[in-house]
Amino acid sequence: MMHYLPNILFLIALAAGIGYFTMNIKKIIRNVKLGRDVDVSDHKKERWNNVVRIALGQSKMVVRPIAGILHVIVYVGFIIINIEVLEIIIDGIFGTHRIFAFLGPVYDVLIASFEILALLVFVSVVFFWTRRNIQRIRRFWAREMTSWPKNDANYILYFEMVLMLLFLTMNAADLQLQQMGADHYVQAGSFPVSQYIAPLFDGMSEGSIIAIERTAWWLHILGILIFLNYLYWSKHLHIILAFPNVYLGRVQPKGQFKNLESVKKEVELMMDPNADPFAAPAETEEEGAEPEKFGASDVMDLNQVQLLNAYTCTECGRCTSECPANQTGKKLSPRKIMMDTRDRLEEVGANINKNGKFVDDGKQLLDDYILREELWACTTCNACVEACPVSIDPLSIIMDMRQYLVMEQSAAPNELNVAMTNIENNGAPWPYNQMDRLNWKNEA
Amino acid sequence: MNETIQVPTMAEYMAEGKKPEVLFWVGCAGSFDDRAKKITKAFVKLLHNAGVDFAVLGTEESCTGDPAKRAGNEFLFQMQAMTNIEVLNGYEIEKIVTACPHCFNTIKNEYPGLGGNYKVMHHTQFLKSLLEEGRLKVEGGKFKGKKITFHDPCYLGRANGEYEAPRDLLRKLEVELVEMKRCKSRGLCCGAGGAQMFKEPEEGKKDVNIERTEEALGLNPSVIAAACPFCNTMMTDGVKGKEKEDQTAVMDIAELIAQAEDL
Repeated sequence: MMHYLPNILFLIALAAGIGYFTMNIKKIIRNVKLGRDVDVSDHKKERWNNVVRIALGQSKMVVRPIAGILHVIVYVGFIIINIEVLEIIIDGIFGTHRIFAFLGPVYDVLIASFEILALLVFVSVVFFWTRRNIQRIRRFWAREMTSWPKNDANYILYFEMVLMLLFLTMNAADLQLQQMGADHYVQAGSFPVSQYIAPLFDGMSEGSIIAIERTAWWLHILGILIFLNYLYWSKHLHIILAFPNVYLGRVQPKGQFKNLESVKKEVELMMDPNADPFAAPAETEEEGAEPEKFGASDVMDLNQVQLLNAYTCTECGRCTSECPANQTGKKLSPRKIMMDTRDRLEEVGANINKNGKFVDDGKQLLDDYILREELWACTTCNACVEACPVSIDPLSIIMDMRQYLVMEQSAAPNELNVAMTNIENNGAPWPYNQMDRLNWKNEA
Repeated sequence: MNETIQVPTMAEYMAEGKKPEVLFWVGCAGSFDDRAKKITKAFVKLLHNAGVDFAVLGTEESCTGDPAKRAGNEFLFQMQAMTNIEVLNGYEIEKIVTACPHCFNTIKNEYPGLGGNYKVMHHTQFLKSLLEEGRLKVEGGKFKGKKITFHDPCYLGRANGEYEAPRDLLRKLEVELVEMKRCKSRGLCCGAGGAQMFKEPEEGKKDVNIERTEEALGLNPSVIAAACPFCNTMMTDGVKGKEKEDQTAVMDIAELIAQAEDL
């Protein structure tokens, strides 16, 4: 029985790691579903194209070449090194060692590429850390990047550094043991990187090196499981959510803002010369049903894609650094719009966990998180939408919240009220008479 | 001389039982703003020059609703849109050209969902098509060899992916086209979009149009070319603010072509 103890411990750790992660993913799905339904059944081909080009192909990341290429290395490393995780899991469950060793030369190539990628990932992550903490690139030090967001970013980098070091240490010890002809350690793999670490173990006893190999092996896989569960608490969720998020991202021209269906019905009725102004409300409307709220003041008013956007955001700040309002010192930061949305959604989620259903907490996304000043600073220029490497649309949230302010609260800035009154009365945002619209042709 | 230009209206065409090739949607700025009216007139000259059979709605035209929509007033937007669509559909309009990227974007992208389906072109796209059809001649005239930078309007560029039509026209004028660092899909807004044109900016360190003008002036161009009446206003204000109006002019692409040809 004792013989199987490591296998059992491994299974428990694996089940706990995956189980807890699944539980949290379910929470995310539940929270996203608090948003309004949105039809995303259109443009299937274009959506898949986007996934291939933007998500898999990282096309938007390389717009900024340095960060882009470093990110591609970490991303490719992450995906490919995961093949090794598969072997580790099988070994862990069945007590085997390097189960894929039978692949022979193919295995050599695999292990060699994992090692080279691990080194490249490590170096890239060190670069990332330097850019963030030494070079202090402006977008990483904005107003919203304090406390948790700032620490979170660094924790992720430390995690990745440690995981890569553990992986290479594990291999180095393994190589040393292979060369010593240790029992159980099959001659397999090619170790272009860890061969330079292995000499550190010269002169150590087989038992000590086995202890090092096992420790590194265990810490590496436990580290991966911990990291997996860290995702839920972190901005790092993008490694999973980027793919669905890009699929669900905008496929219409960026300038096309959605036309509110609820408004359309009312406007059509108003403009219909045959409509009876004194008619009773249409029978389809349920008795006592609340009229649909225009725009958004809280996360439940946003749609599900917008809420997924919030969980997908990895706070890279490319949106904010391209934003004309932010560049000229206004309070608006599109990244903060996304972070606020997620924070509020998490707050609502915690409220539901506690009470079984959402109980009014006297707070909302508007004012308690996102300020009116931020919303009114937006020029709707779409620079943030264009900049996002994973197809997040902060502008749509800004627009929905403006709609709430204007249509539910009549709380537009006064000059805008004047312009809108002009449009309503004269058909132009300025106080000119519509009858003078063609006067220009007679002016010298 | 008080030159009156020939600008037929749809009502006049209708009375004669005719249909124009294209409707010229002038827009509020093009109709009322003194600076933008010059763009309107330059474009009309080009239309005449190319022999385009066009008409305007005149007093039947009304705001597309763009600023209302971007300000969050979907009601007002849809009221405007549906009123305009009724007029446009009444005249059985099929093709629309406009010199305002905001009108262009709204009619092209947001009217179809409300029952207005037209082929909509920005004037730079339309001028380019006239050029390709051989109806309009654009060649290096007055601006040949002059250093010119083009400021991308958000609602033509990022919003609708049109970066090349205005640049193609500038190349035809044989100007020295220089690009700002923030251009095309990464172009910086002039600061007027999203109804900002009609309000004071929020508190900050700088106005957006100053930031953009500084970038453009950094290239020392003789002309900052624009393709939007609002960008034009913002950049003109910026250049004036920097007291550079003697060295650098802000001109619409239509004005550049019209002036190059001395029309």
